[in-house]
Amino acid sequence: MNALEIAADVRAGELSAVAAVDDALEAIARRNEELNVFVHVDREGARARAAEIDERVARGEDPGPLAGVPVGLKDNLCQTGVPTTCGSRILAGWRPPYSATAVERLLGAGAIPVGKTNMDEFAMGSSTETSAYGPTRNPVAPDRVPGGSSGGSAAAVAAAMVPVALGSDTGGSIRQPAALCGLVGIKPTYGLVSRYGLVAFASSLDQIGPLARTVAEAATCLEVIAGHDPRDSTSLPEPAPDLRGHLDDGVAGRRVGLIRELVEGADPEVVAATRAAADALSAAGARVIELSIPELRLGLSAYYLIAPAEASSNLARYDGVRYGLRVDADDVTAMNVATRTAGFGAEVKRRIMLGTYALSAGYYDAYYGQALKVRTVMIEAFARAYEQVDTLLGATAPTEAFALGAKVADPMAMYLSDVFTIPTNLSGHAAISVPFGRGATGLPLGVQLLGPARSETRLVSAAAVLEAGREEA
Amino acid sequence: MRDGWEMVIGLEVHTELLTASKLFCGCANAFGAEPNTQVCPVCLGLPGSLPVLNERAVELAVAIGLALHCTVAPSTFHRKNYFYPDMPKDFQISQYDLPINAGGYLDLSDGTRVTIERAHLEEDTGKSTHLGGTGRLHDAERSLVDYNRAGVPLVEIVSGPDIRSPEQARRYAAELRAVLVATGASDGRMEEGSMRVDANVSVRRPGEPLGTRCEIKNLNSLRSLQRAVAYEADRQVALLEDGGRVRQETRHWDDGLGQTSTMRVKEEAEDYRYFREPDLTELVPSEAMVARVRAALGPMPAERRAALTALLGDAEATGDVLDTVIQGGLDAFVRAAIEEGIDAGLALARAANELGDAQGAGRLDVPAFVEVLARESAGRLSATQAKTVLGDLARAGGTADDAIAARGFVPMSSEALGAVVATVIGEHPGEWSRYVAGEDKLAQFFIGHVMKATHGQANGQAVVAELETRR
Repeated sequence: MNALEIAADVRAGELSAVAAVDDALEAIARRNEELNVFVHVDREGARARAAEIDERVARGEDPGPLAGVPVGLKDNLCQTGVPTTCGSRILAGWRPPYSATAVERLLGAGAIPVGKTNMDEFAMGSSTETSAYGPTRNPVAPDRVPGGSSGGSAAAVAAAMVPVALGSDTGGSIRQPAALCGLVGIKPTYGLVSRYGLVAFASSLDQIGPLARTVAEAATCLEVIAGHDPRDSTSLPEPAPDLRGHLDDGVAGRRVGLIRELVEGADPEVVAATRAAADALSAAGARVIELSIPELRLGLSAYYLIAPAEASSNLARYDGVRYGLRVDADDVTAMNVATRTAGFGAEVKRRIMLGTYALSAGYYDAYYGQALKVRTVMIEAFARAYEQVDTLLGATAPTEAFALGAKVADPMAMYLSDVFTIPTNLSGHAAISVPFGRGATGLPLGVQLLGPARSETRLVSAAAVLEAGREEA
Repeated sequence: MRDGWEMVIGLEVHTELLTASKLFCGCANAFGAEPNTQVCPVCLGLPGSLPVLNERAVELAVAIGLALHCTVAPSTFHRKNYFYPDMPKDFQISQYDLPINAGGYLDLSDGTRVTIERAHLEEDTGKSTHLGGTGRLHDAERSLVDYNRAGVPLVEIVSGPDIRSPEQARRYAAELRAVLVATGASDGRMEEGSMRVDANVSVRRPGEPLGTRCEIKNLNSLRSLQRAVAYEADRQVALLEDGGRVRQETRHWDDGLGQTSTMRVKEEAEDYRYFREPDLTELVPSEAMVARVRAALGPMPAERRAALTALLGDAEATGDVLDTVIQGGLDAFVRAAIEEGIDAGLALARAANELGDAQGAGRLDVPAFVEVLARESAGRLSATQAKTVLGDLARAGGTADDAIAARGFVPMSSEALGAVVATVIGEHPGEWSRYVAGEDKLAQFFIGHVMKATHGQANGQAVVAELETRR
């Protein structure tokens, strides 16, 4: 059931929130063992909250735009008292004493978190296979990965366990799994959604965003969680944008750039789908031109220095001293080493080492410093493109969902899954992935619409056009 | 210091700021609470927490910068990465290439100008207590950590290598402490650790390039600073004269043993992997804020020293007593006393010796100070009584009248004093004969005995007068 329908019915008193939550819990119970979507289900907490919503409706109150809507939370989002592991052994058993701002805002809008979804460990991965709690399967094709790192959140929506879920996107971790699971996923402008309570991977790149089946549901969810938060110094000063009011704006007169670098190297079906999306936008009145932004090719390399560098610092705190896993040893240093050796998986260790190296004396200028320069060059290149067009169009991922295990042994191949999504994180701009077309084996594909900072309003109206175009196609 | 050598000293001073809350969260910044009661997700570095800069801390940092004649500039925060159990995030948020204050100076009363390279903002760590072994981390059986101090705002003030003696190092630290207290940014309490000093010490033959330096830590008082620098310079000279070389290292001062020992050598030193703190934006102090802070700054010690020196004239303006008065914030007491016609030397001595380093003015107010000194000058209180009363007033406050009455200090009648003097003369006939014969300096001998007999209640001048009438 659609989130907007649930909320409308709950607010009207025609559907009980308890029933909506029970439906979600049943759906989870049916397929969670097979798909490994939720790592923690907060059955009691969700039911209690649903009962509260129903009482408020009975008292004549309006619980908000997401009243009674069951939502999934990626397991790197803190919710008071609910286990938060980031898909890692090192945080096993940790229950945060506070909630993320985005989670508080969901709760304030009447939404009901039903549990925490699986993810690549500390969001480092593109397939949800690096989780310490096992891989998540793609509900559309269970022998395939759901993408990652927000693969659990994508699978939760794709398996109709919940209508919407929150993910986080550091290099494509919302958009790529959305594409691979046939969903809409939004990577908001950096600072639009507070990061307070999002366990950091790479602080200058991380953004929380929604995954949903439709543009309207994703836009509604984003509106709820967006807007200034004094607890995040990088939070944008403005209140949340009006997105629902612009879903039907269309794209007539809009200038769209089809970016060569955001399709090159992709599967032929992906290229075809992206071209078909361009045609759909043209048909709706947009003026589509082809553009090249060669600087985008530098994105992957810069990203794999900047993100690990920040991660190496962000993940230092998992030292066994205060919370999470501790492996005892003879002295403090040995305890730190033993804890981190046992607590982190291979991919996390690889990135910590990469990042530590990139920041080290004698290497900083050649690696991290150089990557920062590339980042600036890329931001400037985007700015030039946005002088010519309003919106950019490209593929979300180079392939359809790949088989479980296919890229586990080849980190470079895995990293390339994010080649089209990474530039937006480096620039801090907004992007949305919309299902469009089918891959060689009939699995869903996604295309990506990119815009400058705070262009979400335009992006959702363009995405709504593609959504309609897909239905007609 | 042995002949033919020169010391080169630079000091790094950390001061906690007197803010109500911590640097990046709303937890109380207060000393002495139960361990781990002033903590929250942010200062504990819990996953997902984010720092938000305390504006009051910025204002106090700017006040320090302005007081030290620094340029206040747009700055950034960096992460200093290293593992230590009392650092919740295993990195410290500090400032690196762009500090909020840079390029200032501090003038000492001996005429030396010490450059201030920078005075930057950073967060404090928690506090570890190591049980067992020597009380240091490496051989402890257990360690306890109190995170109440984690995230307390600090300003680190880095001097240039302009200091040339242990005495001057102490003088610099004392003057800097007075400046910090005068700005209202710090309470300057070294014993509580709210002001901490690290010393970089090297030696060289005059005119030669800088020698290899050692950094000395654990200096908990001005006295420790002076002793440690002297010890360390001697150690380095002895090493070099024996044909050895100084190894760049961090050394720990042991106050009991009176010596420094190796903590860690340069080769083991951490690579801190500094990079811009992505969770904070650029810090750009507004011109309006800087102007407001500048306008609110009271006179700094140097200015107050000049004003008091002008009042005293050349004769009384001796270095150490004057420094003690200025650095202790006692110049208002001395000025008021002088303006009431009290001898400047007496006012300086009582302020410096009775209210100086040890306890300060405490609850003593200016009128009470002036009143006590006026009574002493008029012979109605003896010197000993005056000191006692000043001590009482510093502890308990109140008026001079009440404090004197509480002690029962009434001036001795001339009859009572005459009787005591007569008794003392009778007990020392030989000395009395010599005094009568013209040996004037024996007056001190008789004053001493009269003071002893009266438990310090007699007035010295009155005793001399009694002696003269009998001579």
